[in-house]
Amino acid sequence: MEKLKRIIMYVFLAAAAIVCVFPFFWMIISSTNLSVEVTAGRMLPGAHFMENFRKLTASINLVPALWNSLKISLSVTILALVIASLAGYAFEIYRSKAKEVVFNLLLLSMMIPFAALMVPLYQMFSRFSRTMPFMGINTTVAVVLPTFTTAFLIFFFRQSTKMFPKELLEAGRMDGLTELGLFFRLYMPTMKTTYSAAAIITFMSSWNNYLWPLIVLQSPEKRTIPLLISNLGSSYSPDFGVIMTAIVISTLPTALVFFLMQKQFVAGMVGSVK
Amino acid sequence: MNFTMHSRAKLTGWLFVSLAVILICVFYFYPMIQALLLSFKTGAGANLHFNGISNYKRLFSDKTLLTAVQNTFLYLIVQVPIMIILAMIISVLLNDSKLRFKSFFRTAIFLPCVTSLVAYSVVFKYLFGNDGLVNMLLTKLHLIAQPIQWISDPFWAKITIIIAITWRWTGYNMIFFLSSLQNIDYSIYEAARIDGASAVKQFISITVPMLKPIVLFTSITSTIGTLQLFDEVMNITKGGPGNATLSISQYIYNLSFKYTPDFGYAATVSYSVVAMIVVLSVLQIKLAGDK
Repeated sequence: MEKLKRIIMYVFLAAAAIVCVFPFFWMIISSTNLSVEVTAGRMLPGAHFMENFRKLTASINLVPALWNSLKISLSVTILALVIASLAGYAFEIYRSKAKEVVFNLLLLSMMIPFAALMVPLYQMFSRFSRTMPFMGINTTVAVVLPTFTTAFLIFFFRQSTKMFPKELLEAGRMDGLTELGLFFRLYMPTMKTTYSAAAIITFMSSWNNYLWPLIVLQSPEKRTIPLLISNLGSSYSPDFGVIMTAIVISTLPTALVFFLMQKQFVAGMVGSVK
Repeated sequence: MNFTMHSRAKLTGWLFVSLAVILICVFYFYPMIQALLLSFKTGAGANLHFNGISNYKRLFSDKTLLTAVQNTFLYLIVQVPIMIILAMIISVLLNDSKLRFKSFFRTAIFLPCVTSLVAYSVVFKYLFGNDGLVNMLLTKLHLIAQPIQWISDPFWAKITIIIAITWRWTGYNMIFFLSSLQNIDYSIYEAARIDGASAVKQFISITVPMLKPIVLFTSITSTIGTLQLFDEVMNITKGGPGNATLSISQYIYNLSFKYTPDFGYAATVSYSVVAMIVVLSVLQIKLAGDK
């Protein structure tokens, strides 16, 4: 009986794992095959990856799109980590009644759906286009600005700060560190796992962001990777091999970030949920 | 001396939070107010003028909106419970101390979360195409005689969207369950076992109550996520066939950027989403609190 239960358990988990992994497997296999082979249901790796890659780079702006995505995601991640950790740290360390009220108000912003913001934001950046073109429609700044501060990340850092040893701050003050010095020289190095987890989450969501870039980036040479993939997917006579190659390449950075930092990610997540 | 130290720390605290507060005010709360003003205006594109509550009246006779709301709620009622129960079962299995290949299973099931919504949507679109791999497999296994019209039949298109979202988000929710399961003291189970409680009994009277806060958290975030559904619908079915899979967010997008731009009415529709999110979140918190 106990043995049967074990077997059912493993079968269930294995089935779930296969379902989860299969689309990746298919996508990678397909990127090495020609379109006709993909439609025929070929499940073995082929030798056409380079050919697909050449066709892809010849037909669309793959490299510029990768560069646009990287530029945006890195700036969002760096700005987000600094701003959100500074705020999360301060809400926890310099507590006051007034700050609790402000903090709760910030949390309310998590309930606001992006759909409610997109039209006013679009109008706001259209106005910038006329007065300050460097941050108007069709610019990297316009993609970055409204996306890097999130209440979620502030909340995340505040939760993790609860576990930060406060005696360290007292010791630092004794040694003559300024309040800013405490943050940069004591807090930041101590909270490495929290920063890694936050970096993974932010980088991924920025790399994968679709709706806001779709609205704000209108000229083809400004497009980010998700916009490009979406465009490929909407063509009437899709070249499956080429499309899967594009998808594999677009997924690689986030998959790599995740696998390289998985340990820190899990540690950071557990720390903040506790 | 002590007083100046104290007030300096206070000032520092406010300085540290000020940047984040300003940014959230400028990019969340200010646009929210703008949207509220917009929702009382009508006109095409940038030529807008105040027109009282006409947009709100239009809301109640808008057939397309009704369809979008119905679709979204169908996704919500069917998909969110399935996903949360699945995530809970998987996390309980993965938390078993005797389980082997634990990190393999965990990584595999979390893997869908590393893809972008657009990338996986395009992959699913082809997997579920009329002569796609799913139909090919089902036919070969003799489970179906004719290919299922996954994308082009109104019923099956909804199912495809539900399957897709479940695939993408179950692992994500599982991580939250796992980390809270790891916080349950193992000795509680030991004690229950000594008292003769069966595995099922232990699950119902220890695990489920302990997981209640996480169930609440995941169901609220999933509800908000579903109400904002856009990328999948846009890239798998484009809202079709007809409007059979249209989501509210996609409808707002269409109103603003696809049809003749009607920013005023789009803002009104988006306020109806805000209202739904608030009502559903409060309901969920109340439901969880009463038990």
